[in-house]
Amino acid sequence: MDLKLKIWRQANTNSKGSLKDYQVKNVSADSSFLEMMDQLNEELIDKGDDPVAFDHDCREGICGMCSMHINGEPHGPESGTTTCQLHMRKFKDGDTIYVEPFRAKAFPVLKDLAVDRAALDRVIQAGGFVSVNTSGNTLDANAIPVPKADADAAFNAATCIGCGGCVAACPNASAMLFVSAKVSQLSLLPQGKVEAKERVTNMVNQMDLEGFGNCSNVGACAEECPVGISLENIARLNREYLSASLTSSK
Amino acid sequence: MSSVLVKFAETQNTAKKMANSGLLGSSIAKKYWMSLTGLFLISFLIVHLLGNLQLLDLSKEGQEQFNIYAKFMTSFPLIKITSYFLYASILFHAVDGIYLAMQNRKARPERYASYKPNRNSIWASRNMGLLGTIILAFIILHMSQFWYTMHWGEIGIDANGNKDLATVVIQTYQDGTAGLIMVLLYLIAMAAVAFHLYHGFQSAFQTLGINHSRYTPIIKTVGAAFSIIVPLAYAIIPVFVLMAKN
Repeated sequence: MDLKLKIWRQANTNSKGSLKDYQVKNVSADSSFLEMMDQLNEELIDKGDDPVAFDHDCREGICGMCSMHINGEPHGPESGTTTCQLHMRKFKDGDTIYVEPFRAKAFPVLKDLAVDRAALDRVIQAGGFVSVNTSGNTLDANAIPVPKADADAAFNAATCIGCGGCVAACPNASAMLFVSAKVSQLSLLPQGKVEAKERVTNMVNQMDLEGFGNCSNVGACAEECPVGISLENIARLNREYLSASLTSSK
Repeated sequence: MSSVLVKFAETQNTAKKMANSGLLGSSIAKKYWMSLTGLFLISFLIVHLLGNLQLLDLSKEGQEQFNIYAKFMTSFPLIKITSYFLYASILFHAVDGIYLAMQNRKARPERYASYKPNRNSIWASRNMGLLGTIILAFIILHMSQFWYTMHWGEIGIDANGNKDLATVVIQTYQDGTAGLIMVLLYLIAMAAVAFHLYHGFQSAFQTLGINHSRYTPIIKTVGAAFSIIVPLAYAIIPVFVLMAKN
């Protein structure tokens, strides 16, 4: 198939970007969106042009690196997938496809379609961990009983790949779905309960400092999430934050 | 000197963090306040509707009864205290909402060229600020027409010696073209209230952390019904008054 592309080109964070028109011919319907971008880049390199910068890593939907806002949605029109799992058979011959970077103040554009998502890492550093002794005396994981329902809910929250699609989809560029998944996966388990109050307070503070917007329960995040993180996690975050704020000693 | 500056910068940073955290300044706290004031305003909608449905009786006795009710609502101490609490809630809900909307706008300085939000969310949820602004403008108009007139404006006295608010209401909605415009504005405002409630009702519960596989579907159904029935019942009042013109 032949496609017209409108791709955001931006030299660096401080320069002004714009949408540029490109054409790719003979794209296989079986190729992934990233492979189509590779094809375009090889043509650009052959012509001596600057290839389009975009993030990618595992190309099997688990690393969360591939971003891109495709035709008005993060990771494109197919639900429950990352961009690497989006196949060109979802498009028709002659289609015009808009390809833009994830847009948020907290995600500055590095170049073209690649954005800096380190703000999410800093939220994790603020509290998304469990403090354990790693000096060698490892405890047996099964020594502490965990109810099956809690384990399942924690596991579901832990499937968050930290891609930032929720931020890109949210009209407020809020990171609440991400933060709620990261808070939930730990606070549901006995090992994570010990630091639960500090964790939720510190992670929400960091989220606010990074300049993400406020959650207004629009729900676009959960609809666009490639791994199906649900809004129940945001409700849990709201509960945890309320109880931590009311009962913390600080 | 430089260590003093570093120390000063650290203090500033801590102060900023403190101001933005906890139940006063954090993003989630602002949402709790939106939720709590919103739920209070929802409860007001019910009481206000039940009281003013009395206007569906426009007989002489009905009007006098309404004036007795209006006097009671503006003089009974417990209701007066509640009304001050209500004004504060409306203002707080509006100011907090505007502040949240401004912050949210700033969080995405560059817009998408291609944007298909209807594929992942409903229109009302993304336009609470616009709907709220319409409602606030209507509240100002509505209060200047009735609340201000009842307290300080020029108003007649009925057979019982009470301020004749019923006549003020009737004149407002029956007064030729101006009355017709007032009825239309009322209907537009009620449409805005309906959409605002459609998202806001269930959103208030989610913000407070109430999301349960058994109860959330009930909350959403009740919210949807409430958002249709209550504004519709309000809308009947000015239309009825206009139609009653002889």
